[in-house]
Amino acid sequence: MNFSPGPAITSAEEIIRECRALVELLPSQALARARESRPGLRGFGVFPVYAPQEIIHAAGLMPVGLFGAGAKLETTRADSRFQSFICSIARSTLELFLSGDLGRESGFEGAVFSSICDVARNLCSVAGRNAPGVYVEYLHLPQNAATPAAREYTRREFARFRDNLAGRVGRPIDDEAIRRSIALYNRVRELICELYTQRQERPGSIRTADLFAAVLAGTCMMPEDFVPMAEALLASVREHAPVPRDTVNVVLEGAFCEAPPLDLIDAIESAGCQIVEDDLAIGWRIFRKDVPVEGDPVAALADAYLAGSAYTSVRHDSTRPRTRGLLERVEASRADAVILASAKFCEPALFDYVLFRRALDERGVPHLKIEFEEKMWTFERLRNEIETFTESLLFD
Amino acid sequence: MPTTAQPPAANDYGSVVHDLSREVMTAWMTQLQDAARSGAPSAYMMVSGNCVEILRCFDILPVFPEINALQLAIRKKALPYILKAEEIGYASDNCAYVKADIGYTLLEGVGENGLTPRPSLIVCNFVGCNVYIKWFEHCAEMLGVPLVMIDVPFVRQGEAVSTGDLHYVMAQLRGLIAACEELTGRKFDIDRLREIVGYSARAEAGWSRAKDLCKTRPAPFDCYFDSINMMGPINALRGTKEAADFFDAAVAHYEMMAARGLGATDEEQFRVVFEGPPPYPYYRNFRNLFAAWKAVCVQSTYSTVGGTWEFGFRHDPDRPLESIAEQMLLHNLCNRTMQERYRQIRRYVEEWQADALVIHSVKSCRLFSAGQGDMREYFTKELGVPTLMVESDLEDPRYYAEAQMKNRIDAFFESLQYKRLRGSAAEARSVSPEGVSDAVRRGR
Ligand code: SF4
Ligand code: SF4
Repeated sequence: MNFSPGPAITSAEEIIRECRALVELLPSQALARARESRPGLRGFGVFPVYAPQEIIHAAGLMPVGLFGAGAKLETTRADSRFQSFICSIARSTLELFLSGDLGRESGFEGAVFSSICDVARNLCSVAGRNAPGVYVEYLHLPQNAATPAAREYTRREFARFRDNLAGRVGRPIDDEAIRRSIALYNRVRELICELYTQRQERPGSIRTADLFAAVLAGTCMMPEDFVPMAEALLASVREHAPVPRDTVNVVLEGAFCEAPPLDLIDAIESAGCQIVEDDLAIGWRIFRKDVPVEGDPVAALADAYLAGSAYTSVRHDSTRPRTRGLLERVEASRADAVILASAKFCEPALFDYVLFRRALDERGVPHLKIEFEEKMWTFERLRNEIETFTESLLFD
Repeated sequence: MPTTAQPPAANDYGSVVHDLSREVMTAWMTQLQDAARSGAPSAYMMVSGNCVEILRCFDILPVFPEINALQLAIRKKALPYILKAEEIGYASDNCAYVKADIGYTLLEGVGENGLTPRPSLIVCNFVGCNVYIKWFEHCAEMLGVPLVMIDVPFVRQGEAVSTGDLHYVMAQLRGLIAACEELTGRKFDIDRLREIVGYSARAEAGWSRAKDLCKTRPAPFDCYFDSINMMGPINALRGTKEAADFFDAAVAHYEMMAARGLGATDEEQFRVVFEGPPPYPYYRNFRNLFAAWKAVCVQSTYSTVGGTWEFGFRHDPDRPLESIAEQMLLHNLCNRTMQERYRQIRRYVEEWQADALVIHSVKSCRLFSAGQGDMREYFTKELGVPTLMVESDLEDPRYYAEAQMKNRIDAFFESLQYKRLRGSAAEARSVSPEGVSDAVRRGR
């Protein structure tokens, strides 16, 4: 399929079908797809939640989001390395390293992890040991935005990544290249943001599972290809006249790392909810405003992360508490309720649940807690639970 | 195979250091109780890679919720508090240290009616463990106390501290100093800090010497089960004369034992290295399972959550603030990678001449446990060190299965004993591979 903007607008169904097919691929397969039009292209894995994709892209690599391997991959060797009480994405990601899917032979230069939780941190080290020759980077993203020193620290940390990556690919990553990548990703974020606005303002114009598939597809293709595709999708979504439904508008919160199955999202929406806001793959659209393309681009990215990024359960900023962030999200999207969905065993989400629940109770916002796993395949029980929840809101 | 799981009769030597430790720790806890009533300034702080010296410089009493959780568990009192926390939404998969402490707070353990003072400040020294941030955020919110965050970048460039990381941590330490000045109305006195840091260094030298003595055969104390006697003073009381004196006395005692050939157990049979925190709710039971085999722990990673002083680092009175920052950044287990932990354990096995590695994998603590299966893989397959991995929890009594635990431990030592009998003949014939010590080879 050719995503370049042609005379005819490609239909939303076609694009979504293509996106859904793309997210079914393993990272090596997605890279192979991209290589069809860009021979020799190499990939670089980005473990959630956030890493500066622009720097990776400016190095001439394709940033590839690692959101777990869902049902695509059988974890055989990784299960014995990470115990049963560890989240599934840790095991499936390690399996990708052990199986060579994220190896040099498959075209991957390396992968980057960050300080989101204890599991991701240990995973980074274990993955590095088990994938000799692959460059594995660990970013310690700042957890104290209140200190003025955080600005300098974050800039240095991003610059360190740029320098290490440049050393690895054997050529400098110059500012102009990073600026071009920033401009490109600004457009990517803008388009996603616009699709989100459509969903929120014209419920039913795009199903959340489809929107998520499109966003995920964007994490395993070159941004240059994503932009025309997303433009076409947006045009089609704008033309689509949704049929009004009686639904409960909800914010979906907590699924910022391991990706829930698309069927789970469909199950939520078919059980009487309309998701109007969510934190799915939030790291890939974390800036609400454009990152400046003037001046020092690495500093611009670092500053944007520190001061201009959306809240997540893995970033701590006492000047902008996450409970406030969630309440604002609920208000801005005019949601009736919140579904707190965390990956099984995901400590950051499970801890935040306690504070979120308190804050929501205080404001009288109804909420429901659910847990998911990337490999889950039956959704009946969950659908019933959500149905009961929505009915209680619609009819009580 | 022993016929009973009872430990050998404890010799009197073992209890000397235990009693000394109890004395200094009780004095501190009495201060905490007094402060709970008087409202004297106090601050929450985390154990790993902490900067207690700064609080001490302002006479702010340090309170360690982790030690509170540990004590609840070891006294078998944790479960009702854990359940209380689960009532308000904590998940069964959340770290139970947090849950026990939060439950304790909710049930009025903190404040005038309890044994723990309501802190004037909550200082989150985020050193490695991400749960720390959540925990102290929750405490700050529930108690309505200001939170001072100290974000310590994780080690990511080997053994060198980058200037950027050092500046970042130092700037935040200065922020903490400012907060302490404001709280107490006192000016920061660097000479006082030098003196305190001097006491820290003396305690650290004692710690290091004591651990070094476990290289002797038999080891004078068990570096896992007995090391909590030293962990309290080194982590909570560091920077006091009392802690420094405690280590002088402990070292003198262990030196005497080593000189007389006295060990932690009567006839040391197996020397093991322990990885992971112990199951505090069943501390004694668990210990007995090893004692039955006359297995002694000669080194442990858990004892180094606060600092890896056995490898030489000391706080430095000439560079008090820098050395505090360096300690937080580099010289403690929690802020180091899994691969660095493997290297630490490998050194333990080799230099302390251990026969095996025991991994106690705890559900609560993913900082320790996530990936321990890979650690087992590395030690058994790549180094040939016999490795036992058992699972339970450090706080939640619901995860300890005694019979299963005993079976696994007995089976492991039985096979170790068998290998030893068979291996002694083979070892005589084998050629030493370069770079791998006798201890590592013994396991092959
Ligand atoms: S799912 Fe949660 S626990 Fe697992 S790696 Fe992601 S943030 Fe960490
Ligand atoms: S996860 Fe481990 S280190 Fe962190 S608070 Fe819990 S027990 Fe302590």
